[in-house]
Amino acid sequence: MSTRLAGRLVLLALGVAGVAAVLVVGFGALPHFGDVSHGYGVRAVAASLSHRTANAVGSVTFDQRAFDTMGEELIMFAAATSAVMLLRRMRDEDEDEAEFGYGGEDVVGALRLTGTAFLPVTLLVGCYVIAHGHLTPGGGFQGGVVLATGMHLAYLAGDYKVLERLRPSSLLDIVESGAVAGYLAVGLIGLGLTGSFLANWVPLGSFGDLLSAGTVPVLNGLVGIEVGAALVLLVARFLDQALLIRGEGEDA
Amino acid sequence: MPDALIAWLPYAVAGWVLLVGCIGIVTSNNYVHAVVCLGVVQSATYLLLLAIGWSPHATAPVFADTSTKAKVVDPVVQAMTLTDVVVGATVTALLLALTVQLAKQHGTINPDEVRSLERDQEDE
Repeated sequence: MSTRLAGRLVLLALGVAGVAAVLVVGFGALPHFGDVSHGYGVRAVAASLSHRTANAVGSVTFDQRAFDTMGEELIMFAAATSAVMLLRRMRDEDEDEAEFGYGGEDVVGALRLTGTAFLPVTLLVGCYVIAHGHLTPGGGFQGGVVLATGMHLAYLAGDYKVLERLRPSSLLDIVESGAVAGYLAVGLIGLGLTGSFLANWVPLGSFGDLLSAGTVPVLNGLVGIEVGAALVLLVARFLDQALLIRGEGEDA
Repeated sequence: MPDALIAWLPYAVAGWVLLVGCIGIVTSNNYVHAVVCLGVVQSATYLLLLAIGWSPHATAPVFADTSTKAKVVDPVVQAMTLTDVVVGATVTALLLALTVQLAKQHGTINPDEVRSLERDQEDE
């Protein structure tokens, strides 16, 4: 065992030294920090302004590179689906309905009050971050995570049953897949109307308005729904593993 | 001399974070720890991308309340960093789900104690 470890460490040292050498040579050829010329950046900002999108990062993500973002969203969809499948209830496992380990009566009053007060506020902030993704920092990915995280305040403030009522898993499955299909549909409508997949086909509106930037807020909304639903489903499976599912001969 | 240091320091930090994460993965005796180390490796790419996008006296590439003529940092690398974060988060979730299954099937999350997936099932 120790010889295996020693061999592994020798290999590691060689690999680290090799990668470090390559990095030193590679970084040495890069322009100095702050001296990089941003050919793509300048053009991306110009393209963003011409499509009346205030948030240039949002424009790059959902307009100029919308096709890559579709790939990213599909990666996310596939990974979340596989994780949910991996964490499903196995044949030799039982769901323990009686023992939650942590019930509503264990929650401290202050936590219950704070959680209840912040649940709607957090959900509202999540919707705000998604809806203003083309204007201010934020967007579908960030807002979706805020939504999904806010939902779990119900678990902190109440108990697991409250959370389960708040997130109907079968509905969220449909919502998640529907949002991915919606992204594709927006792309296909663009293909039909303009001849290019995911090209903008929504009126651009006026710069800085909530209704501006064409397809960017539409795609932001769809991605926000997908990310929120996927994350809630994912955390649900992890929580089930921790709280409900008991294997053979394993006591609650 | 400090100028020369600043010129390379962000790249050096990114390289160091990358290597230290790799060392963590190889010497890990716990899969959860190894997954966290993979997260450290990934954060090296965030550092590198954002370091390349930075330019002096520039603001964020968001024109909500700044002039459209203001000098801004590169939005392309920032969008790539977003992609990086999202993919990193999903990969982490998938790997942790695999770790949960491993703990249930083999009763261990130490990489050295897991030999093959079939052997343990034959023992049962």
